[in-house]
Amino acid sequence: MLKDQSPYFRFLVQLGDDALILSQRTSEWCGHGPVLEQDIALTNITLDILGQARLWYQLAVDQTQDFKDEDQLAYTRDSREMTNILLVEQPNGHWGMTVMRQYLYDTFKKMYYARLEESGQASISEIAHKCRVETTYHHQWSSEWVRRLALGTDEGNDKMQHALNTLWRYHQEITQDSEADIAMLNEGITVTPSMIREDYQQEIKTYLESCGLSIPDIRNEITGGRKGIHTEHLGYILAEMQYMQRAYPNLEW
Amino acid sequence: MNSNWPLWEVFIRSKNGLQHKHVGSLHAPDAKMALENARDVYTRRLEGNSIWVVPSNYITASDPQQNEEYFEPAESKIYRHPTFYELPDEVKHM
Repeated sequence: MLKDQSPYFRFLVQLGDDALILSQRTSEWCGHGPVLEQDIALTNITLDILGQARLWYQLAVDQTQDFKDEDQLAYTRDSREMTNILLVEQPNGHWGMTVMRQYLYDTFKKMYYARLEESGQASISEIAHKCRVETTYHHQWSSEWVRRLALGTDEGNDKMQHALNTLWRYHQEITQDSEADIAMLNEGITVTPSMIREDYQQEIKTYLESCGLSIPDIRNEITGGRKGIHTEHLGYILAEMQYMQRAYPNLEW
Repeated sequence: MNSNWPLWEVFIRSKNGLQHKHVGSLHAPDAKMALENARDVYTRRLEGNSIWVVPSNYITASDPQQNEEYFEPAESKIYRHPTFYELPDEVKHM
């Protein structure tokens, strides 16, 4: 059980879970992108993020006897044991919705990894560096698409505003500290998500407004992912993602 | 959507000191996205460290119909090849 594990382990797993579930979501676009070039672009991003999940999980399994490898972490946990934020499990919707979700994610993670990179723990710092470099490009990609779609036509602007309104109540969770985040302050990690909240909110507000979008007046936040309380969507994602390992345990191919 | 986007030619330099080489083409609405698309489509396997993109309609191509008069005359001029010189070791990438 996840709650029996050390904060260090849970910290690494939550980083991995955000990446795993988002990459599973974006992988749904593979072969369905609006144009070939963008199909490849998003698939590249998906593989980057899946790679990030692997690295965090690999480091995590070094801290415990209960999980032998990253596959076991990815494929054998139920939804209550998954600690990803709710934002990443939200449906892809249309291209603009996917791009908006990616933008809200990338903007935060880029800032967060830059701070995590300064961590006193060499192994964490190394992975954070790789993630920061990759995320910098993802952020360039997603912010560019937000701008193009929102400033393109009236229809584009409406759709992006709708996407922002839909995702808004899920985006605050990314800046909230879990118990594991707070415990890590004693382990040489000098950043928690809430330390970046103000900069993040300012950054997305300035940028989204410059794209002709208005910040939604929606105050209620929906959270719970870090504690394993998920939206209905995660169950479907896990069912598809974990099917093979559930049906044929330890299958390799 | 794709049919409305203009075509771009992509050139990649595989290493510092080497020249850019044509690797293919892609569609993009403008130069910025053409560069990004080139990065995503043509440098996934570490093919290079510099990208040029050029709108395809800026390229003027020779006419295949004229291949005879254009290229055949060079075939018999072996003395134009610099193979009769010794290259100093310091000269690389020739």
